[in-house]
Amino acid sequence: QRRPNRRQAGGRGGAKGRGRGKKPASDDEDEDEEDEAPRGRRGANRKKPAKKRGGDDEDESEDEPPKRKRGGAANKKKGGKAQDSDDDDSDVGKGKKGKKGGGRKGKKEEEEEETKGKKGDGKGKGKDKGKDKDDDKDKKKKKKKGDSSNSSEEEESMSEGEMARLMEEVEEKKKLIANIRNKPWRMQRRLKHLKEAQEFVDKFEGALGKGKGRKWYAYKVMMTKKWIKFQRDFENFRTACIPWERKIKEVESHFGSSVASYFIFLRWMYGMNLVLFGFTFGLVVIPEVLMGLPYGSIPRKTVPRAEQDTAQDYSVLMDFNGYCKYSVLFYGYYNNQRTIGVLKFRLPLSYLMVGIGTFGYSLMLVIRTMAKNADVGGGDGEDSDFTFAWKMFTSWDYLIGNAETADNKYASITTSFKESIVDEQENQKDENIHLRRFLRVLANFLITCSLGGSGYLIYFVVKRSQEFATRDDLSWYEKNEMEIVMSLLGLVCPPLFETIAELEDYHPRIALKWQLGRIFALFLGNLYTFLFALFDEVNTKLEEEQAIKNASIWAMKEYYANYSRLMNDSEATPPPMDPADVIRGPCWETAVGIEFVKLTVSDIQVSYLTILIGDFARAVIVRFLNYCWCWDLEAGFPSYGEFDISGNVLGLVFNQGMIWMGAFYAPGLVGINVLRLLSSMYYQCWAVMATNVPHERVFKASKSNNFYMGLLLLVLFLSLLPVVYTIMTLPPSFDCGPFSGKDKMFDVVMETIDLDLPAFMGTLFSYAANPGLIIPAVLLMVLAIYYLNSVSEAYQNSNMELKKKMKMARDEEKNRRNNADTTNQVMKDLEDLLPNRSLIPPDPPEPEKLPEPEPKPTKTKPGSAGKGVNLQKDVALASPNPNARAPVSRPPGPRGPGPGRGRGRGPPPR
Amino acid sequence: MGNKQTTFTEEQLEAYQDCTFFTRKEILRLHARYRELAPHLVPLDYTNNPDIKVPMTLIITMPELKENPFRERIVETFSEDRQGNLSFNDFIDMFSALCEASPRELKTIYAFKIYDFNRDNFICKEDLEKTLNKLTKGELTPEEVTLVCDKAIEEADLDGDNKLSFADFENMISKAPDFLSNFHIRI
Repeated sequence: QRRPNRRQAGGRGGAKGRGRGKKPASDDEDEDEEDEAPRGRRGANRKKPAKKRGGDDEDESEDEPPKRKRGGAANKKKGGKAQDSDDDDSDVGKGKKGKKGGGRKGKKEEEEEETKGKKGDGKGKGKDKGKDKDDDKDKKKKKKKGDSSNSSEEEESMSEGEMARLMEEVEEKKKLIANIRNKPWRMQRRLKHLKEAQEFVDKFEGALGKGKGRKWYAYKVMMTKKWIKFQRDFENFRTACIPWERKIKEVESHFGSSVASYFIFLRWMYGMNLVLFGFTFGLVVIPEVLMGLPYGSIPRKTVPRAEQDTAQDYSVLMDFNGYCKYSVLFYGYYNNQRTIGVLKFRLPLSYLMVGIGTFGYSLMLVIRTMAKNADVGGGDGEDSDFTFAWKMFTSWDYLIGNAETADNKYASITTSFKESIVDEQENQKDENIHLRRFLRVLANFLITCSLGGSGYLIYFVVKRSQEFATRDDLSWYEKNEMEIVMSLLGLVCPPLFETIAELEDYHPRIALKWQLGRIFALFLGNLYTFLFALFDEVNTKLEEEQAIKNASIWAMKEYYANYSRLMNDSEATPPPMDPADVIRGPCWETAVGIEFVKLTVSDIQVSYLTILIGDFARAVIVRFLNYCWCWDLEAGFPSYGEFDISGNVLGLVFNQGMIWMGAFYAPGLVGINVLRLLSSMYYQCWAVMATNVPHERVFKASKSNNFYMGLLLLVLFLSLLPVVYTIMTLPPSFDCGPFSGKDKMFDVVMETIDLDLPAFMGTLFSYAANPGLIIPAVLLMVLAIYYLNSVSEAYQNSNMELKKKMKMARDEEKNRRNNADTTNQVMKDLEDLLPNRSLIPPDPPEPEKLPEPEPKPTKTKPGSAGKGVNLQKDVALASPNPNARAPVSRPPGPRGPGPGRGRGRGPPPR
Repeated sequence: MGNKQTTFTEEQLEAYQDCTFFTRKEILRLHARYRELAPHLVPLDYTNNPDIKVPMTLIITMPELKENPFRERIVETFSEDRQGNLSFNDFIDMFSALCEASPRELKTIYAFKIYDFNRDNFICKEDLEKTLNKLTKGELTPEEVTLVCDKAIEEADLDGDNKLSFADFENMISKAPDFLSNFHIRI
């Protein structure tokens, strides 16, 4: 009872194929269309065909969107099968063999790819090959037959062709069972098909001796599932380790990615400072605290007698004098013992190494981050082809199940749409280019003038302050002139720049960069004056030190002399002098460190107060006075503040510069900075959410934070210079710090090489320091840089080329799918024009004109975005009579949005 | 544990496991969730495949769907009667298609159906506008909406008919980086 059924099915297939074979089906597409009819019929009596075809054609019976594609796949497959059946007509046996081969081949391929769409192809290919290998198949089949005949007698009566078909069907069913969950069917249908397929397989599997590996497959599936779950969990864990992700997301959703980019930068800084903090505290501060001499044991670790009364006063401590000054926070506290503790920890060496390592690590990190960002981001966010479509269809996170998160998501989606709209409008803006250029030049001129002016002002003030330094009779203004001028400049210039930048009318993202660059230039003046003043101080301290050194030695001698005189016993060794009484030098390193710490702390205070007053108080006033005010405060003049991205970023960058410069002289500074960044994260997040309003034009931050990083790198380099200069040239103080008693700070390295390393290392180092080796090394490096640079340039070029090609390919695809006449509108126009022209001047235009249009349709449409549209315009102008273009049946309208993406279109409907 | 025998037969569970991306435990849990929605409607015993449907109004109160702007569409898409009433088969089908293990092709198909509001097998401008308004809670101005829809169609439409066919949609979504991560519901 089984066989007839199957036979019937097979017969039906054959009949169908034969029927089609008779039809004049030369064209593939024709065949496909004709396929629809029998399918419809077959859809009516569903079960048997479904059984036979693995249910592929069932797809068509339901109207589903994938119909087209799936239908296409099915059609292809049927095409293949139909051809098989055609073969049946001519040579039944051979055709069937071929088919079997095809089936098996196809199956093998499918097992690998498991994509349904390719089924038809695989089969088609397989079929051709199968024919060639007829003989092989024959043998195999016989074997198979032998096996199967044992299990069931009925099979014996089966012809080879049917056998093959059965095999194929069983395989298909099995695949169906494996893939049934991937089918876009209703569950009801799925269950039914599953049942049928399982029954079928159960029935015939034994017959064909297959069905092993199911366990293995299940095991594999389970393992992949586990693996995926593990990966997911790991990913979750990793993202959970990144702090403040949710906070930043929240800010981003309300204020756009540009504001979020500041917070991401802040977080990055925090991470970096945490590592620096780890180095400094782990290798310098904590060893000193644990293993070094305790407080009060030696002069450098004791508050001098004169200061002891006030050493605990709040005001003194706030100035980092008194006990603060003589603590681990500052350079001066460290002793110059070569090794400390039982571990023989070489503190001075470690101190120097950490100081240099801080810079090394920061440099490496900044550069690596920059490189990585450049890798990821590339351009300024205009890379994707589907900005809006993706936003529309993939931005909602279906996992969201929390009302608050959902609200945030809504806000963030809206914001991101607005960002893209701003970008898009910017793209579409076409304006008077000359006026724009003139205004931009003017703006730059004005800003250069004001920068130059403020630079001169700073120079002038510094000069004057040097003059004032020698005098005592100064008024309050004259004393603080420099600070006042600097803060005034800092107050006035940024808004001024912003106002001038209005003239330029850049995209807000680019405007932000300009603004950052300009304020940066201004702040450099600030830095310059600060460093100038500092070096002055250091120099005076150094001079002072010489005098004190002598005085100190003299005082010591005097003390011993007095002691022996009082005791009248020159033999007895006097007890050491009370460390508080020893005369000591000014210790310029600690002074510098204190200067930096003070600066950092005041910076923290100022920025926090600014937020509190400038943003919070303003918001409170605007909010609550609005009820009793004569105009609308919220919409009108004071309004709420916007988040000042440029100011905050620069504040962060310069603050980091201070840290880098000061960390060597005040190891505690890094700790302070970590605290600052930590609190700043929470405080500013709160402030921005509570008191600020989003920017008027929310804009997308450039994907890479590389501009910020670039500023940071510059500041890092600038702060590296003075520190390295002091380490290399200035003599350390004689009585404080880990390097006291040495001529230069880096002598400690020499000392280590001489004393701790084997002798040959010393000679090795001396060879390495030979100019004869260093100069070639430098040369080599320069060459390497040159080479790498040119290589990267070449890569960049090829990258651009590839991008262009991709765009071209995309346009081509679009055009190909477009209707032929609409695509080649320009061609049509040209062709229309040609005869007219050729009538009048017969020779010149024709040979020139023709080759130009020829390559275009075949070889894509390279510049179709810009060129095509322009060309069309020109042609239209040149055309003597636009109505004469009758043969062009399609209006040019629909083509507009096609290839000329974004550029060819007019301004957006406003 | 005890209801394992009473809720489904072994064959049913096997079949469901073959037809969905869920394990036996998850299927039972899904049934529990389904039953939770309408305890008076849904029996514990499913061995004889009772024909019971839970209306959409109940389904969309699930926390997994509650905040989703497309919840009605999702439920409608998966409901066999297209009214939003879900039988248990539809229900499990829905979460199977939206679960993490389901392949991109399947998700693409269902995503297309979900975003095709008027069920004409094309995502046309109306559909896009609806999608956009749901996504942004109508916060964009009409001009912006038009601009965005125009741009989206312009980007994704390859055959120039000013609406997105499934082929267009698939082509577009296949390159989207976060479609897979976003288009799934964990249950």
